[in-house]
Amino acid sequence: MAIPIVYNVRSVRVRWVSAAVAVIGIAGAVGVFVAMLALAHGFEAALATSGSPLNAKVRRAGTTSEMESAVSLEEARIIGDAPGVARAADNAPLLSGEVVVVTALPKTGYGTDANVSVRGVSPLAPQVHDVVKIAEGRFFQPGLAELVVGRGVVGTIDGLTLGSRPRFGGRQWTVVGVFDSNGSAFDSEIWCDARLLNESFDRPVEISQSVTARLTSIAAFDGFKDALTADPRLNVQVQREPEYYASRSTIMSTLIRSLGFLVAIVMGIGSVFGALNTMYSAVSARAREIATLRALGFGPLSVVASFVFESLLIALAGGILGCLLALPVNGIGVSTMNWQTFSHLAFAFRITWQLLAAGLVFALVMGFFGGLLPAIRAARLPIATALREL
Amino acid sequence: MKFLPLIVKNLFRKKIRTTLTILSIAVAMFLFGLLAVIDTAFTAGLDVAGADRVVVIGRNGVIQPLPLRYREQIASMPGVTDVAYASWFGGVYQDERNFFAQFAIDDESYLRIYSEFVIPEEQMKAYLADREGAIVGRKTAKRFGWKLGDRIPLKGTIFPGTWEFNVRAIYSGRRPQDDETGFMFRAKYLQERAPAYWHGLVGWYVVQIKDPGQGLAIAKQIDARFSNSNAETKTQPEEVFIASWINQVGNIRLLVISVGIVVFFTLLLVTGNTMAIAVRERTGEWAVLKTVGFGDGTVLGLVLAESLTIVGAGGVIGLLLAKAFTVFGNPMPGLLPVFFLSNARLLAGLGLTLLVGVAAGIIPGVLAMRLRIVDALRRV
Repeated sequence: MAIPIVYNVRSVRVRWVSAAVAVIGIAGAVGVFVAMLALAHGFEAALATSGSPLNAKVRRAGTTSEMESAVSLEEARIIGDAPGVARAADNAPLLSGEVVVVTALPKTGYGTDANVSVRGVSPLAPQVHDVVKIAEGRFFQPGLAELVVGRGVVGTIDGLTLGSRPRFGGRQWTVVGVFDSNGSAFDSEIWCDARLLNESFDRPVEISQSVTARLTSIAAFDGFKDALTADPRLNVQVQREPEYYASRSTIMSTLIRSLGFLVAIVMGIGSVFGALNTMYSAVSARAREIATLRALGFGPLSVVASFVFESLLIALAGGILGCLLALPVNGIGVSTMNWQTFSHLAFAFRITWQLLAAGLVFALVMGFFGGLLPAIRAARLPIATALREL
Repeated sequence: MKFLPLIVKNLFRKKIRTTLTILSIAVAMFLFGLLAVIDTAFTAGLDVAGADRVVVIGRNGVIQPLPLRYREQIASMPGVTDVAYASWFGGVYQDERNFFAQFAIDDESYLRIYSEFVIPEEQMKAYLADREGAIVGRKTAKRFGWKLGDRIPLKGTIFPGTWEFNVRAIYSGRRPQDDETGFMFRAKYLQERAPAYWHGLVGWYVVQIKDPGQGLAIAKQIDARFSNSNAETKTQPEEVFIASWINQVGNIRLLVISVGIVVFFTLLLVTGNTMAIAVRERTGEWAVLKTVGFGDGTVLGLVLAESLTIVGAGGVIGLLLAKAFTVFGNPMPGLLPVFFLSNARLLAGLGLTLLVGVAAGIIPGVLAMRLRIVDALRRV
C-alpha cells in the first residue's frame, strides 16, 4: 500500500530550512546548466539561421570555407543559368557573388581591435538573403564606397553608426544603413559592394569567393546541385546555406558546450551530495515516524517510494526555481571570436522549451539519486529499536 | 592537542554526513581549480608575451599579408636587434575539430627570438636540412601520437591542396605557460608551393628590440616608415597584440568565471547548513561540556576545529583532483593549448578553503559558545 503523498508534502513543510537549502543547491545547478546550454544554443542558432533553406552556396570544390574559394564571373554566369534558380522581376537570376575579408576595427570598451567580417555582395543580395532587413537608413548604392552594418556590430565596434565614416582597406567609407537579420551571424558583419571591396583589398575585381543562389523551391536544390556538379566547365561544390553556416560553428560550439557541461555536471554532483545530506538527516530525524508507518503495515517498498518521491518533490522545486533564475539571461547579447571564420561574432543567449525541459529532467535525476540511498536506509530501519529511540 | 580524540570521535559519529560534506567541499574546490585552469588557459598568452618583442601586422588586421621586402627595412632601424616573420597556415589535419595552430616560419631568426621553445640540437639540424621539415609542439605530437620522422598531411584552407610535412623536431616550452601545441614549418616551403598571389608576402613580423622601454617608440617608427604605402602596418608590443585576441574571446571567459562564482557560493551554502545541523544536534553535549567546566573559548575552538578539519579535507581532495584532471587530460587541446593549474592558484585555493572552514564554523560555533547551560540541558 502506498503512503499518502500528503505525508511527504507536510514533512517538507515541517523541515523547510534544510529542504530550502537543498532546493537552492539544485536550483543553482539547474540554472547554470540551462544558462550554459542557452549560450551554446544561441551561438549555434546565430550561425544556423544565417542561411535560408531556399538558398544554395556554391564554392570551389575541395574548399572548407568561403574565404579560400574563388568563383569567376564566367562561372557565376553558368551558375545563374542552372535549373532551379529563381529570377528577379527583370528575369535576371537571383545570385549574389560574395567576397569576405576580415578587417581589424576597435572593439568598444576594450581599446584593442576585433576582427570584423566585411562581406562584399552583389546588388541583388537583399533579394537573395531575405532574412536581412534594413532597420535604419538604406541599402548601399552599387559602385559607391558605402556600407550597411549589422545590428550586432553597432554596439560592439567603435565608429560604425549611421552616418559615420570609417576608414579601412585604404578607403574612406560611409555607413548609410543598419540592417537586422534576426540574430544571425550576418548581424556581426559589414556589407558593401563586392567589386569595390575586391578593389580596396587588391583582389581581382571579377572574382568572387562564393556565389549564393536563390532557388525557386526547397526541392529544387537537388536538381540545381546535380546540374552544377555534372557541368564540365565548373569545378564547384554546392551546399544548402544553413548547412554551410552550421559547419562554421562546430569548433566554438564544442568549446562552449564542453565547458558548460563540465561546470554543470560538477555542480550537479555537488548538489546530489547536498540532497543526500538533506534526505539522510530527514531519515534519521524521522526514524520513529518511519518505524510507526512500518508498524501500521506499510511495506518497505512503500517507504522507499515515499522517500524517493519526497526527494523528487524537493528536486522539482529546485528545478523550477533554477529555470526561473536562468530565464532572465534569455536574449542577453555576448560576443566572441569564431576561430573558424577568424572574426568577431555577436550572439545572444537563447532559452527554448527543450532546454527548460532538459533542466527539469536534470533536476529530477539529481533528486532521484539524492533520495534513493536514504530511502533504502529508511526502509531497512529495524522497527522495534527505532520505535524505542528518542 | 588533548581534544584531538574528541574531535575525531565527533567526526565519525555520523560517518555518512561527514563523508558527504567532505565530498561537497571537494566538488566546490575542484570547480575552483577547474575555473582557475580555464582562466589561465584564456590569459596565459599575456604571461608569455616578451617585453622585448613587438609585432607588426597589416593595417587591416592579421589577415592582410605584408611584403617580404619589409624585413630588411625593419632590420636596419635603430634599436632593432632581430626580425623574423611568420604566416598563418590554417591547415586541417583529418578533421576540422583537430584544430591546432600552424605557422610557416623564417627558420633560424624566428626560433632565435622565441627562445622559450626548446629544441634538441640534432633535431634542429635535421629540421634545417629538410625542405618539408616541421617542428611540432610536445602536446600536439602526443595528442596525435606523432613521432620523429612521421609524414603528416595537412589540407590547406588558405593555401589550396594537401601539404605533407616530415616531423623533424619536437619542441617543449621552458615555462608551464608556454604553448606546446604549435606546428611550425619552413616559410620557404610555403613560398614554393603557394599560389602566385602569395609570392613575396608574409603574414606578420616579430621584431626583437634592444630596450623594452623603447617598444612604443619603435612601433611608431615602423608604422611611420610604411605609411602611405599600399601595405600599411600596425605595430604593437606583443603584450597588446595578445591582449587584443583575449579581448575578442573576452565575454566567454567572463561568463565562465561568473558562473563559477555562482556555483561556488551555492555549494558553500549547502555545506554551511550541514555544519549548522551538526552543531545543533549536539546542543545537549555542548551544555554538558560547559557544565563540566570547559570555557566558551574551548567550545568555539572545538566547533571551528571540526569545521576546519572537514572543509580542509574536502579542499585538499578537490584541489588534488583538479590538479590530476589537468595532468591526465585536456578535453579541448586545440582551443585551450595551455592547460595547467599553477602553484599560485593552488595556494589561493588552500587559502580559500581555510576561509570557508572558518566561515562555515563561526556561526554555529558562536551559537554553541553563547548557549546558556540551563536552556540547553532542558531542551531535550
